[in-house]
Amino acid sequence: MDRVIFTKEMKDTHTILIPTMLPIHFNLMSQIMNQHGYHTEVLQNESQSVVNEGLRNVHNDTCYPALLVIGQMIDALESGKYDLNKVALLITQTGGGCRASNYIHLLRKALKKGGYGNIPVISLSFGGLEKNPGFKLTPGMLLQLLYAVLLGDLLTLLSNQCRPYEKNPGDTQKVVDQWTKKLLDDFAHSKIVHYSHIKRFYKEILEDFAKIPRTKEKKVRVGVVGEIYVKYSPLGNNNLEAFLLSEGAEVVVPGLLDFCLYCVYNGIHDRELYGGGLLKSLGNKAAYKLLLKKQMDVINLVKEQGVFMPATPFSEVVTLSEPYIDHGVKMGEGWLLTAEMVELINEGVENIVCTQPFGCLPNHIVAKGMIRAIKEKNPSANIVAVDYDPGASAVNQQNRIKLMLANAKIK
Amino acid sequence: MLKVGIDIGSTTVKVVVMREKELLFKHYERHFSQVRQKTAEILKEAAPVIGDEEFAAALSGSAGFGLAKAAGLEFVQEVFATGKAVTYFSDGVDVVIELGGEDAKILFLTGGVEERMNGTCAGGTGAFIDQMASLLDVTPEDLNHLASRHEKIYPIASRCGVFAKSDIQPLLNQGARKEDIAASIFQAVVDQTITGLAQGRQIKGKVAFLGGPLHFFTELQKRFTETLNLSPENALFPDLGQFSVALGTAIYAEDSGDRLTLKELISKVESAKSEISADKRLDPLFRNEEEYAEFSARHAKACVPEKDIAQYEGLAYLGIDCGSTTTKVALISEDGSLLYTYYGSNRGSPVQIIREQLMKIRAFCGDRIEIRGSAVTGYGEELIQNAFAVDAGLVETMAHFKAARFFQPEVDFILDIGGQDIKCFQVKNNSIDSIMLNEACSSGCGSFIETFARSMGYEIADFAKKGLFAKHPVDLGSRCTVFMNSSVKQAQKDGAGVEDISAGLSMSVVKNAIYKVIRAHSAEELGKHIVVQGGTFLNDAVLRSFEQEIGGEVVRPAIAGLMGAYGAALYAKSLKLSKSTLFSMEELEHFTHTAKSANCGLCANHCALTVNIFANGKKFISGNKCERPLGVKGKEKLPDMYQWKVDRIQALKPVEGKRGKIGLPLALNMYENLPFWFAFFTDLGFEVVVSPVSTLELYSKGRYTIPSDTVCYPAKMVHGHIEWLLEQKLPVIFYPCLAYNFDEHKGDNHYNCPVVAYYPELLKSNITRLQETRFLYPYFGLHRPKDFVKKAAVYFGEQFPGITPKEVKHAAKAAYDAYAKWQADLKAEGAKVLKWAEENHKKVAVLAGRPYHIDPEINHGIHKLLTSLGMAVITEDCVSDLVEPQKVNVLNQWTYHARLYNAAKYVTLHKNMELIQLVSFGCGIDAITTDEVRSILEKGGKFYTQLKIDEINNLGAVKIRLRSLLGAIEERDAAGERS
Repeated sequence: MDRVIFTKEMKDTHTILIPTMLPIHFNLMSQIMNQHGYHTEVLQNESQSVVNEGLRNVHNDTCYPALLVIGQMIDALESGKYDLNKVALLITQTGGGCRASNYIHLLRKALKKGGYGNIPVISLSFGGLEKNPGFKLTPGMLLQLLYAVLLGDLLTLLSNQCRPYEKNPGDTQKVVDQWTKKLLDDFAHSKIVHYSHIKRFYKEILEDFAKIPRTKEKKVRVGVVGEIYVKYSPLGNNNLEAFLLSEGAEVVVPGLLDFCLYCVYNGIHDRELYGGGLLKSLGNKAAYKLLLKKQMDVINLVKEQGVFMPATPFSEVVTLSEPYIDHGVKMGEGWLLTAEMVELINEGVENIVCTQPFGCLPNHIVAKGMIRAIKEKNPSANIVAVDYDPGASAVNQQNRIKLMLANAKIK
Repeated sequence: MLKVGIDIGSTTVKVVVMREKELLFKHYERHFSQVRQKTAEILKEAAPVIGDEEFAAALSGSAGFGLAKAAGLEFVQEVFATGKAVTYFSDGVDVVIELGGEDAKILFLTGGVEERMNGTCAGGTGAFIDQMASLLDVTPEDLNHLASRHEKIYPIASRCGVFAKSDIQPLLNQGARKEDIAASIFQAVVDQTITGLAQGRQIKGKVAFLGGPLHFFTELQKRFTETLNLSPENALFPDLGQFSVALGTAIYAEDSGDRLTLKELISKVESAKSEISADKRLDPLFRNEEEYAEFSARHAKACVPEKDIAQYEGLAYLGIDCGSTTTKVALISEDGSLLYTYYGSNRGSPVQIIREQLMKIRAFCGDRIEIRGSAVTGYGEELIQNAFAVDAGLVETMAHFKAARFFQPEVDFILDIGGQDIKCFQVKNNSIDSIMLNEACSSGCGSFIETFARSMGYEIADFAKKGLFAKHPVDLGSRCTVFMNSSVKQAQKDGAGVEDISAGLSMSVVKNAIYKVIRAHSAEELGKHIVVQGGTFLNDAVLRSFEQEIGGEVVRPAIAGLMGAYGAALYAKSLKLSKSTLFSMEELEHFTHTAKSANCGLCANHCALTVNIFANGKKFISGNKCERPLGVKGKEKLPDMYQWKVDRIQALKPVEGKRGKIGLPLALNMYENLPFWFAFFTDLGFEVVVSPVSTLELYSKGRYTIPSDTVCYPAKMVHGHIEWLLEQKLPVIFYPCLAYNFDEHKGDNHYNCPVVAYYPELLKSNITRLQETRFLYPYFGLHRPKDFVKKAAVYFGEQFPGITPKEVKHAAKAAYDAYAKWQADLKAEGAKVLKWAEENHKKVAVLAGRPYHIDPEINHGIHKLLTSLGMAVITEDCVSDLVEPQKVNVLNQWTYHARLYNAAKYVTLHKNMELIQLVSFGCGIDAITTDEVRSILEKGGKFYTQLKIDEINNLGAVKIRLRSLLGAIEERDAAGERS
């Protein structure tokens, strides 16, 4: 199919719509792109009509995230809010043998069918699967985007550790909102925010969260792992985090940076397994080193302050899956999903919700397929696998999570 | 202290009152979704026992969850509660299996505590039994009695209720004994429980069976005991098993429950309110009576002329539609007017009902009317044709098509929603342009509304009426009836009324048809003259939903439910017979019918046959997949590449070698790569032991280690093969992980799907017995021969000291050569078939799937059915090299799937070829390929036929699809000749 190219001219004239997954991260990234001359907007529509548009426009046996992402975009186009001649869509494309690499194509098909065939779709992919003259990820912009991921991960990590214990309901959200606003403003003022600046933010963020008055009570800590979209997106997981909070749990979710690191790592590992180009592998190795370093900077600051639990360094995460599954498993979330379950257990978070779209292919292996082995080596692990689908009833899902919670032990 | 346990499940309320270990009060009752009222009622009954004393109380169960939240009462999860209750029943229990209305649960209490509930697909255990009883038109108790008199058990798919029904429905229509079907239903529940819940743990030791269904159905108890091989003392069916959750809840309440009096508790329950979120509400079907009146008047115009059978004289034609759930009869006059009609549920025994109807018609006709021709269609076509000497049979799609055309000559789109199937046709230039039939997951939507209505105590017509003016219909999803059922349960608990559910269900069924079967976007896409028919469309709520969803008007014939029979009658007339063979009154009076079950032993499929015997000694055998058990001889055998491939693979016989034995599972991509690995290891001096071709029995061996019940059947099958290899006590089992496949240069990349690529990892983690042997599952890339030699030399050198790089190099060459020869031979043989077909003017079907679809337990003998229907069968890889690589609208990155696109293209270039795509349930990648294959075929003027396959063993539905395809081709060819 001939695709509509996002031309250089469109950079000035078109609004680029971005589907939402992690609101804090995505809003920051959107701001950065705007700073680099694009007009982007993160979609906010999350009603039932998103699901309906998905069902209407995507083969119903396709995975739920595809249905939601495409449904959200079409719902936005139908809303009348946008000039259809001046709008473009952006979607990530990770590549690899999972059917997720096909989301962009399914989106284009849906657009064509719905009479939106003229709207350009931009593939956001670090492997460079498709090229558009009007959209280029420059090294400078990539670095800024990386900061957004790091900051987003930190805000999420800290807010998760504060929210269940806050003495005054709403305190945590207030800090999150203030910081999101401050960071957005900051990114809006300068095209390049210097790293020393970012590091200062880290410290200030840590201080602000530490100031939130919190109780000392013990709560059940519940980890959430899974297919990336349903793991993070409240739309995809029926507001899982809110449900867990309402059941009196503390939610622990590994950060987005781990997924980025996982992608880069796989590029290096693929060559070791099967052979291939040296140059690409060297590039990957350099990127890997850089990302590890930046992650350690945050972890060290959290440790230094000593109030909150930092994330586990990726250099360690990488080794955690080894007793269970080979690093060769790299479709979808691959070995990382297994590693994250072990990471959580090692951190003392033995209660885990493992989320996946109904019928998710890689998760048969890396999630449901590994639970048995993980439990064997960690007898107190308490893991429940939950499938998400437009037709699955929320009570069924919640009932299973309740079982996991009933079995949860406070540590 | 007194303690009260309340367990509100999806269908029943259970309440117990205890003091210490003594049970003072117990009550078990269906709540028909009146959760609050029923619970309060029962509590009031307990008043004499409780009095004014303060007690501890808690709630449990899937419906208890919502009520507890709304009433501010303590809740305990039901499986957790069961755990608490076990010690009440007995000591030393190892495993607990608890079945409820909606959920199945398992608890392993010894050897590592584990608690689990069924996955999303396997929903509805008790509900499933209820539904099946209603299908057989018996009460659940009678189902149990019937099962006790069974002689044999049919294989029934156990993935979910929908698939199980797809096996049961045709059995009923083929005349199988109800006793055998009843027992098979219970067996299906057992199999589903084990497959879904064991997940690698052996169910052994002392097993307690709890919950309603396991308490009430003694035959279900027997099936469990037998299947799990339990001795009587190890199979525990406690008297109070149905109260287990309530008891556990009471025990839990003692420590953590609320302290309150009966008065307080009742008032909390009664005043609790819950609401359905506004997001789940849909727009009403009709805003007011006027809208409905206008709608009714418009549809009332679509009627058929009638003639009085008491007055009419002359010739008449009879059409019978023996459908999945209903039986329809139409007698028409010379000019197509209706003389007599019948529409009724077949109540699980269509033969008797049709006999009654025929006698009635014969009585009406007397000497005045001569029935000059008769035809039968529907699931029971063959049985009825044989039973009553009906002149002709035709596939139901064709019957519906003929009727719709007669009704509305300009029709360009027909949608038929029957009890079990959804069919649609697009008509262009006077002939069928494309046919779309539901796949396995969408089955049974039509009859679901009816069985549900009945379970609520309504006749379908009244139930439908209730939906018309519902103010806030509930969104119940559209994936399948198992999911819908569970959404209904949730909606009911949230307080939705019958009206809102009736309307919601109509919309769900319609959405399933539009989004899953037709895959259309707007009314324009469908056509200008749309005719909708089938019994389900008699429901005005369904009709209205359809018009609303597509945003246009359609025609529903007044005889929507009779269109199959009407079409059959038209067909009977078109035969222009001089005399009908249909049974006379006398023959009908002496008619008898008995059925016997038998197993065919003529090939590895071991079809479960039903032998029907009629009064005149005539026999009719059903359940067969090929013609061999019918004793048809001398018929020419058509070429079949599926068989050729299997034979070829089985011809690889182990050669003794210096390095001992190595085992390979014949599953998934090994079906393609076996020649490669066989040559590789033989050359290295191993004796290669390959597991045998799959059977149901082999599958059953491994089902207890399957961790994910939604994975495809071909993947589940691997577990059985590994078990077989383990039984052989081999020192090494080899099954590599292959993320990449061979690069055939057909697409953008050459991956395997995630399941094929990494399944060995899953096996290692879930089959504990693999630790008894050496299980090797290295990562290799066969697509880069040079790198493979290097990596393999290192790997095998390490694994088997003594193997030198030189040896590996030699073996690799042998392997690549063997693979090349296997592919070349395959293609040469395929070419031979094509040439033969061309010369002999035969049709060729490309049965397109994956290499592992040649496994007879995976394809269930579809290739044999095809050859018996007169088509030669080849595989997709026979022709995928014969055209230029296809450009498709999606990322074409999987080797096996790229072959499909090419094969489809090749088919469009040949008049005598058709393509039928086999899709395994759960194949996420085929959700992407099917649309593309369809589009290639349709652009090339070919029909697209998809068969979704899984554990479902009965080919009833498949046969309808294939015969529809053949019927449509014939119809189109005939139209082509006319123009």
